[in-house]
Amino acid sequence: MEKQPLEQLTKISSQVRRDILRMVHAVQSGHPGASLGCTEFFVALYFNQMKHDNKFNMDGANEDLFFLSNGHISPVWYAVLARSGYFSPEEMTTFRKLDSRLQGHPATEEGLPGIRIASGSLGQGLSVATGAAQAKKIDGDDRTVYVLMGDGEQQEGQVWEAAMYAAHHKVDNLIATIDFNRQQIDGPTKEVMDLKDLKAKWEAFGWEVIETKQGNDMAAVLEGLEKAKALTGKGKPVLNLLHTEMGFGVDFMVGTHKWHGIAPSDEQLANALGQLEETLGDY
Amino acid sequence: MDKTLDLKFTYTEKKDTRSGFGDGLLEAGRKNPNVVGLCADLIGSLKMGAFQKEFPERFFQVGIAEANMIGLAAGMTINGKIPFTGTFANFSTGRVYDQIRQSVAYSDKNVKICASHAGLTLGEDGATHQILEDVGMMKMLPHMTVINPCDYNQTKAATMAIAEYEGPVYLRFGRPSWPIFTPADQKFEIGKAWKMIEGKDVTIFATGHLVWEAVVAEAMLREEGISAEVINIHTIKPLDEEAILESVKKTGCAVSAEEHQLNGGLGDSIAQTLIRNNPAPLEYVGVNDSFGESGTPTELMEKYGLNAENIVKAAKAAIARK
Ligand SMILES: Cc1ncc(C[n+]2csc(CCOP(=O)(O)OP(=O)(O)O)c2C)c(N)n1
Ligand SMILES: [Mg+2]
Repeated sequence: MEKQPLEQLTKISSQVRRDILRMVHAVQSGHPGASLGCTEFFVALYFNQMKHDNKFNMDGANEDLFFLSNGHISPVWYAVLARSGYFSPEEMTTFRKLDSRLQGHPATEEGLPGIRIASGSLGQGLSVATGAAQAKKIDGDDRTVYVLMGDGEQQEGQVWEAAMYAAHHKVDNLIATIDFNRQQIDGPTKEVMDLKDLKAKWEAFGWEVIETKQGNDMAAVLEGLEKAKALTGKGKPVLNLLHTEMGFGVDFMVGTHKWHGIAPSDEQLANALGQLEETLGDY
Repeated sequence: MDKTLDLKFTYTEKKDTRSGFGDGLLEAGRKNPNVVGLCADLIGSLKMGAFQKEFPERFFQVGIAEANMIGLAAGMTINGKIPFTGTFANFSTGRVYDQIRQSVAYSDKNVKICASHAGLTLGEDGATHQILEDVGMMKMLPHMTVINPCDYNQTKAATMAIAEYEGPVYLRFGRPSWPIFTPADQKFEIGKAWKMIEGKDVTIFATGHLVWEAVVAEAMLREEGISAEVINIHTIKPLDEEAILESVKKTGCAVSAEEHQLNGGLGDSIAQTLIRNNPAPLEYVGVNDSFGESGTPTELMEKYGLNAENIVKAAKAAIARK
């Protein structure tokens, strides 16, 4: 796909946020909070950074690959896949409904283009992405594997098993991003289970760590991803600590775990949509 | 449909069974200072908030780290604590199977593994979260007791009962609002099946949410002149074989009904009992070797064949095979 310029990426982000809210509202279930917080990241990846084919080949040979470990933020992924042509935006009307390809959590079972592995049970995505990255190395395929995880998700032990492995095996075609929104279901991560110094932890595990301090600013997100990309191929896996705000883009949702997994009411949806320009046409 | 049927059990209120767990845990905590709670970032979903509030020194937030939670619970039993762990049913079982197997079941520790959002009635979250294999995994473990109560009241009673029982227990409950049709003051006897409705043509053995569907099915069958016996198998292991054999001796055939895979479920356990003692026709109502999917609980129960209509069909099929 063609690389979209900054102002276009910002426009797409606004539409993606509308899509997220409208999908979650329609079935009164799903996870808007971190979907909104990760919108710039997804749009930057799919419309600017990754080399990928929206005709979708499961094996993704000679393409950059993306895996979503924190599968509950499926709404943002579905919106971005639809808007980049993997399937028709119309299909977003089926989100979380019976017989849909847009399952509550991403799945391969129904054959939705763009999805290569099921996720939803936290802590597994980094292992999968690392395996996929190593498979590319075996094949002499020099493209990059991306994976996104939650920050609460860092509490799962498997994340650290994979972290140790990827550094040990010099999986340097791998860029892992952490959605560092400092929130999880039961509250702020600091209160639930303090992550302490994540940057120091990943560095201690042998990763190259960069921080994107403004994960909801498109220019900063692009810059971070460029920097991460430049660090690949140097013997170490790369970690991008992406500082975001849960619920970004909607004033009454921003910065709180309360919107982790609940849907807006009719009035709340109208209010939220009033804050987000319809740039590509609602589905 | 419920309205026009002459049901032997009725309800005025619906509530989620997980709330029965939350309220039962609070009562158990008040009765016994050794009861402790652990939860993996799902306090609200598991309804453990009231216990946490009243007993903050006996409640532990472990974060999203289920394997650690099981190990912690096993360790806490060593000097006599009675830990209740809380997370979704898939993260309570498959996610931590070996931790449970070694540190809880094999070591015979007094841990109560309390599992919410089991089965298809979880709804929209889809198959990653809708575990349908948990009863099978848990009942295969030696020492493990497996309980799947049918409504809010029974879940509350079961939660209080397992606090007084010594040994590892898997307690399974769910998310949806469900009819409360059993009495609030019931005594919960682990391992003792409850004959809810007497009948003579066919026995319906049901567990969990499907007990309500069995009650509805009994009324539907009665309208057609078929007399069904309904037995609530809240304890899948140890199974009340005596009650099962006694009933089937009278009725001559049976149906099992559960929100679970056929492989490894309640029906399998009943089939083993019948095969060894009294090979009678048995029809299964359950999920047939498939994962679930997103949808509303009612739609899913219909699509996967787990409602009263399907129990009626199965009952007729069983009778026809007599
Ligand atoms: C193994 C596992 N345990 C528990 C859950 C339930 N759960 C879903 S999202 C979530 C919180 C995740 O926190 P974080 O990674 O920070 O994501 P955010 O809330 O920021 O979206 C939990 C506990 C799960 N999906 N998987
Ligand atoms: Mg978070």
